Amino acid sequence: MPDEGLKAIATAISIAVGVVGPGIGIGLLAAKGLEAIGRNPEAESKIRTNMILAIAFTEALAIYALVIALILKFT
Amino acid sequence: MKMPPIHISLKAENIFYLLGIPVSNSMITTWLVMVFLISLSLITYTRLSLIPGYLQIALELLVGGLYSLFKEILEEKIDKFFPFIITLFIFIIFVNWSGILPGIGTIGVTEHKEFIPLFRAGTADLNMTLALATLTIFYVQYAGLQSLGIVYLKKFFDITNPLNFIIGILELISEISRIISFTFRLFGNIFAGEVLLTVIAFLMPVLAPIPFLGLELFVGFIQALVFSMLAAVFFALAVTHAEY
Repeated sequence: MPDEGLKAIATAISIAVGVVGPGIGIGLLAAKGLEAIGRNPEAESKIRTNMILAIAFTEALAIYALVIALILKFT
Repeated sequence: MKMPPIHISLKAENIFYLLGIPVSNSMITTWLVMVFLISLSLITYTRLSLIPGYLQIALELLVGGLYSLFKEILEEKIDKFFPFIITLFIFIIFVNWSGILPGIGTIGVTEHKEFIPLFRAGTADLNMTLALATLTIFYVQYAGLQSLGIVYLKKFFDITNPLNFIIGILELISEISRIISFTFRLFGNIFAGEVLLTVIAFLMPVLAPIPFLGLELFVGFIQALVFSMLAAVFFALAVTHAEY
């Protein structure tokens, strides 16, 4: 197989596998956050801020995979 | 009709050389942001008054809000570390936002049939985020040493028993991995945003980029908050005695 093709496959695999975990994680976070808001609507703003922070940390994992994919693609 | 290729470059391009030191396009943008921030603070500082103007109200709101936010993490150590942390926050947020100004990444020169943009968001350059992360982690070590003395080093080099020795090595590795995760979190988010905006503008130049610009404003704010919040947590961890 030529190098270009291998590179394209590696890029696709790195981002495709890399987003699975963070996807599940963000789903769980949002589900629990909404559940918490449903139980205690007065605390909505506090829950939302913390939820977004936690989502930003989880999303960072997907971003690492994206960085690898971008490095593979553009170098 | 052949479409022009999308210009995406992983590393910042060198624009010119200053005394033999290469000056890249992201450095130029960072300097402009620094000039903006310094003049903003000088203007506000010279016009401080008991009856505040709009500018003073806005900045007091920013500093006051962040002070109460970080007070929850740092508690009584807040006054020692707050200047450093808020500098990180304000600097990172404005450097992030500078990347979505019109003209950044689109104004440039063509050299050897290759387009080189004159400006590029500062944090979309790996050197910049690596420098910020290294600075933060080294200051954390310094703060730990200063407040706990030589006891702080016991966290890394403990020869009382073999298990503690291995844990010390793991602690050392985790400090290095903190630098790496700091670096790539900020760089990845901002650079991915740049790529996203470029691709969207390429696919559909009218109207479509507007929601994504809003998203990038939000991401820039969240990443600045995450960076400074994590720094605050590391400071709080470093200056307190480890309890087993």
